[in-house]
Amino acid sequence: MIGTIAVSLGTALVLLGLWSALTNRDIIRMIVGFTIFDVGIHLIMISIGYIAGGTAPIVSSLSEVGVSYVDPVPQALVLTAIVIGLGITAFMLTYAVNMYNRKGTLEIDKFEELKW
Amino acid sequence: MIRIIPTEFLKKLTGVETMVKKAFTFLMLGGLGAILLKFILSFSEKTALPEVAAHYIEKGPSELGSANIVTSVVVTYRGLDTLGEVTILFAAAAVVGLLIHLNRNENAVRREGSELLKTASVLLFPLILLFGAYVFINGHLSPGGGFQGGAIIASAVVLTVLASPNRKIGHTVLSVIESLSGLFYVGLGMAGAVLAVNGFLDNRIIPLGEFGSLFSAGLIPIIYTVIGLKVGSELSSVVITLNGETVEEDD
Repeated sequence: MIGTIAVSLGTALVLLGLWSALTNRDIIRMIVGFTIFDVGIHLIMISIGYIAGGTAPIVSSLSEVGVSYVDPVPQALVLTAIVIGLGITAFMLTYAVNMYNRKGTLEIDKFEELKW
Repeated sequence: MIRIIPTEFLKKLTGVETMVKKAFTFLMLGGLGAILLKFILSFSEKTALPEVAAHYIEKGPSELGSANIVTSVVVTYRGLDTLGEVTILFAAAAVVGLLIHLNRNENAVRREGSELLKTASVLLFPLILLFGAYVFINGHLSPGGGFQGGAIIASAVVLTVLASPNRKIGHTVLSVIESLSGLFYVGLGMAGAVLAVNGFLDNRIIPLGEFGSLFSAGLIPIIYTVIGLKVGSELSSVVITLNGETVEEDD
């Protein structure tokens, strides 16, 4: 049940983030959209590793039986993905700063150099 | 220059163009939505762990001595991935520094933070640093670890930068901490390759200690401390660079 809810929420965030990144003309809003998209993907990945009835994979003693844990591998992957996403966001913001310094605007339509 | 195409027609054309763009956007999102809907409908929660995860959970605590299985996966079982991740973060920080450095505005004056924020940041700065250190030192026992602790440390720097954005902060100390911890991390990995059975980044070159105590799990707390220092100084330098008021101490 929790896994399905998390997957649905993640899907909604993915669609919302992509929609925001594609339809906004302001670069900062596009970056925010990408970040929401990122969070949605993380949520989907985490919920794929969910085991029904499992708890967080932290063992309390070496000789415990009958406790079921969720999959730790997607969690480790998402930990990596969050950090990489942070790096990418900082990189995108830096580009936004540079673009603003060139043209004095953040409207994507004003940047026509690569338009065909 | 003579315009061959009348302006009104061009305006109409751009109207059509944006409509076509919007239609494509909705078509794409609709398609993706349909695929994801199919995925949600066919999604069912698993009831048993995959083989690899089951091995990590069953053997992990006794093999590596770490109570937090995610930590043992991140630091040891998939330690090479984490080394790559730290490298990517380093590259991102370096590129951000380079791009901002190329055209920074030396004379920009930013509005100072309010008295409230300034006083609170002075009070909170050491406490947040302490909490960050707590999170990365306990990474093998409780939820947390180097990346989380590093992010918390960087948030202390964010607070300081917000409180007094015009203060000049030197990069030298941060870059020295960052390079030394990076070097130390790779050095510990190499020590594992030379001394331990399982090779690169093995944490068992020092005794595992008693399960569940602070000094346990071999190299894992040390590696996570190093990662925490590295990530904290990297993210702090990104924040300070994006503030745009940095001045190198030697120039």
